[in-house]
Amino acid sequence: MADYQWPDPENRTLIGDRTLRVDSPDKVSGRARYTYDTKRPGMLYGKVLRAPYAHCQVVSIDTSAAEKMPGVKGIQIIQKAGTNIHWAGDDVVLVAAVDEGTAEDALRAIKVKFQKQAHLVSDAEPPAGVGESQGPLSMDEIGDMLDNQVPERQIVQQIGQYGISFKITEDDVKEAKEEGVPDGIIEAAQKATVHPEAAGKPKSNYQKAAVQTTGDVDKAFSEAEVVSEGLYGAPVIVHCCLESHGSISEWPDPEHLFVHMSTQGVSGIPGQMAEPLKMDAANVRVHQDHVGGGFGSKFGPDRWGVATAEVSKKVGGKPVRYMLERDAELKVAGARPSAYARVKVGAKKDGSLVAWQSKSWGTGGPSGGGMPPIPYVFRIPVQRKEHTAIRNNIGPARAWRAPNHPQAAVITMCALDDLAAKLNMDPVEFLRKNLDLVSTNPNDPRSRMYAEEFTIASDLMDWKSKWHPRGQSMEGHIARGVGTSMHTWGGRGHASDCDLSIHPDGSVDIKMGTQDIGTGTRTTIAVVAADALGLPANAIKLYIGDTLYPPSGGSGGSTTPGGVSSSTRRAVVDARDALFAKVAPALNAKPEDLEAKNGVIRVKGDASRSLAWKEACARIGATPITAHGHNDAIAAKNHPDLTNSGVGGVQMAEVEVDTETGIVKVKKMVAVQDCGLVIDQRLAESSVMGGLIMGISYALFEEKVMDPATGIMLNADMEFYRLAGLNDIPELVVHMMTGKGYDERGVIGLGEPPVISGGASISNAVANAIGVRVPFLPLTPDKVLAALNQKAGA
Amino acid sequence: MSTDDSIPPKPTPAQEESGGVSRRDFLKISTIAAAVPVVAAPTTVLAAGEQVHVYGPGKVAMEFTINGSKMKAMLEPRVTLLDALRDTFDLTGAKRVCDKGECGACTVMLDDRPVYACSMLAIEAQGSKILTVESLSQEGKLHPIQQAFVDNDASQCGFCTPGFVMACKAVLDKNPNPGAEDLLHGLSGNICRCGTYRGIRAAITRAAQEGA
Repeated sequence: MADYQWPDPENRTLIGDRTLRVDSPDKVSGRARYTYDTKRPGMLYGKVLRAPYAHCQVVSIDTSAAEKMPGVKGIQIIQKAGTNIHWAGDDVVLVAAVDEGTAEDALRAIKVKFQKQAHLVSDAEPPAGVGESQGPLSMDEIGDMLDNQVPERQIVQQIGQYGISFKITEDDVKEAKEEGVPDGIIEAAQKATVHPEAAGKPKSNYQKAAVQTTGDVDKAFSEAEVVSEGLYGAPVIVHCCLESHGSISEWPDPEHLFVHMSTQGVSGIPGQMAEPLKMDAANVRVHQDHVGGGFGSKFGPDRWGVATAEVSKKVGGKPVRYMLERDAELKVAGARPSAYARVKVGAKKDGSLVAWQSKSWGTGGPSGGGMPPIPYVFRIPVQRKEHTAIRNNIGPARAWRAPNHPQAAVITMCALDDLAAKLNMDPVEFLRKNLDLVSTNPNDPRSRMYAEEFTIASDLMDWKSKWHPRGQSMEGHIARGVGTSMHTWGGRGHASDCDLSIHPDGSVDIKMGTQDIGTGTRTTIAVVAADALGLPANAIKLYIGDTLYPPSGGSGGSTTPGGVSSSTRRAVVDARDALFAKVAPALNAKPEDLEAKNGVIRVKGDASRSLAWKEACARIGATPITAHGHNDAIAAKNHPDLTNSGVGGVQMAEVEVDTETGIVKVKKMVAVQDCGLVIDQRLAESSVMGGLIMGISYALFEEKVMDPATGIMLNADMEFYRLAGLNDIPELVVHMMTGKGYDERGVIGLGEPPVISGGASISNAVANAIGVRVPFLPLTPDKVLAALNQKAGA
Repeated sequence: MSTDDSIPPKPTPAQEESGGVSRRDFLKISTIAAAVPVVAAPTTVLAAGEQVHVYGPGKVAMEFTINGSKMKAMLEPRVTLLDALRDTFDLTGAKRVCDKGECGACTVMLDDRPVYACSMLAIEAQGSKILTVESLSQEGKLHPIQQAFVDNDASQCGFCTPGFVMACKAVLDKNPNPGAEDLLHGLSGNICRCGTYRGIRAAITRAAQEGA
């Protein structure tokens, strides 16, 4: 049995080191090709006509004038007359033309009539007395969910939970099947309870979930010695990928589709395109070299991607490229749900947490959304939680780097910080005091890790000299403060397959259908392979981003490092051992006595018996050695040391607040982070730096601002949807937890964790500085001044 | 696109012949006429008492100097410099992100000053020396600024990177010994989403020290 375990520190050549990112030279020189940069022979350009209203029905579409325009080659109706539209900017008609200007002219010539309907774009606190159930579903509602790509299992679940308000006839079933409604949904509707009396009754925008209670909450609060109550939250923000969503589709023949797509999940696209296109997934090829950001918003082909393929087929298979316009990218291509809560939390005088109560709400757009995981990190023994999801017309939500965790951190860590202030405790001491609540599993290492991380973070921030009781560090109108927060994430490696070949000329390649979304996946694979072969990282040729290669999971949820490193490690160990077997006779040794180091294959402990790498590979024969590497849940269970789950991290922020202008400046951020075995120190640090910077950005600036009157997004550009710039970035200090107690856990993903605590730690630092809580992010001057005024008036 | 509201009619050729140029069109025309050499016989119209040239609306011949080479193309006057570079000359280092002069991803040099290529018409860029990020590497060797980006891990997804590299070049070309404030100011027109600012700051600081 091959030894797939990660090498001990003394046997690592590249793992844990600081290898330069292998694709940086392509990126800095402009050579790196993104989907947006790709031009195919005879390519046509797509443009999409989008709905101007937040809630409306498509009454009629007349494309006749556009069809006659010179240069217009194809028109695809995406949402036909009669369809209900639930957010402004939703796609209605796609035009393919010889160039973008012609396509834009054609959009202006298309006549679409919309019937406006009442909309809601607010996510303000729900009024008292909203109902617990949203009531039975009408046929239109199910149709809307299908139109809006709500996942099948979610539709089935809702049909089961709420029942339906219409009787299903055999004709309905026949029609549904013809329209491609999944069988699972038809069956669920046939089995559902029918409530004809509910037909035609207006539905509430508010979906109240059942109250979750653990323990005797009233008793626990009556016994708590200190109770803090507060209001906290984070608004809807957007992904704002710099490369907008989009793709190029072409049909080399009527059965085969070739797609270039800006995506986080190359291997997952064929199945998602094949279903709506009614073709075999095996006949769909997807390719992508580089992707300009995803952050959770680019896992599917999207309806506009399917329409691009459809219009390409209509024009004889010619390539058609459609990339979203910037305003559409911000309006419709992904948003992070909002979450707000009124929290009551109680503790003993010594700081031990005893009870939590929260009434939370938020919106994920048309599907409402769920409650973030509150209370976060700490399993407070007694809890009462209720959540109301607001279904509104702001556009759909998507996974945003660390889904739901930043919101949970803001609600929880800010509430705990207020409680610590009420206890007159240093919040670091208060959080440390409760670390035994992190897990009920005695083998969970996170309690210990958080304690170690707090010690290091406190040193790096000089916390003890900077922290002061609230509001007691003013110099003129400048208030200074520090704040902290902590976070966790899973991050176990996803399923991943690869083929690694060692060629007779000594070259090495690896083929894997993964993608590098900017996290350094190429470098991770190269480091793992090169480390085992005793070669430099740039000796490994990488073939990724294509469905011609073995499938590998989508890059989301921090699952990629564990997945690709596990499959690569298995492949490279098998290939190396096969090479050892070929080379052993020449070195008069057994294969198991050989090692690959510094570009040679040598006998362990006898450097005189060695072959240079190329000489060794010459003994392979004519056919290269190829080994397949595979990782999945079962493989991961058999080798728990390759990849693992459950990281802990601590962040601290130092701010200055100008109490006259309300402007918050972050002066310093410290991040101390565990991610198991660090494959590359530089990549890990860069990931955490990026997380800190995104944290500053959403803490201070970001918000999807909706106009209540028109229902459209007011800041769908990059001037008024403000992202942090270079001037907003303070001193950043990153410390990765490595060595004993960390490395042996195996590889754990790092994409999500470092972005979670930024909002909470900066909000806490502002509260420490000005002596009052600014309830909601972003911490803009108006909110800071309002909080200061309220404090002055109190 | 038309909704319930009516669409403004497109100007017809007849209106152009009769000199029916809107004020906005006139401003556009007059800038172009002043800024570009005559490369195609334009229509002449009377506007505000003066004879001015009108290009388009169809394609007109244009000529550019890009990265030291003369390049010709037939383009509509409404085509931006960015789209001409990317779609016509296949120079895709400059990225289209905001498409309205907010993010800097399309930064190129025009006669030694940085411009947002998305916010300039190609027709206006004729007669100027245009430099794109593709011109910086010579014989496969990265420019010192580019090497500093590589060494300081200053890109993640990399979509903003070419724009930042060009903005850095513009700062250092103008001021070989910039202070920290000069660097920040020179790069304040560029935006990164992944959060690579620490690397970018380290890269330009090193490049400045090396006299790149």
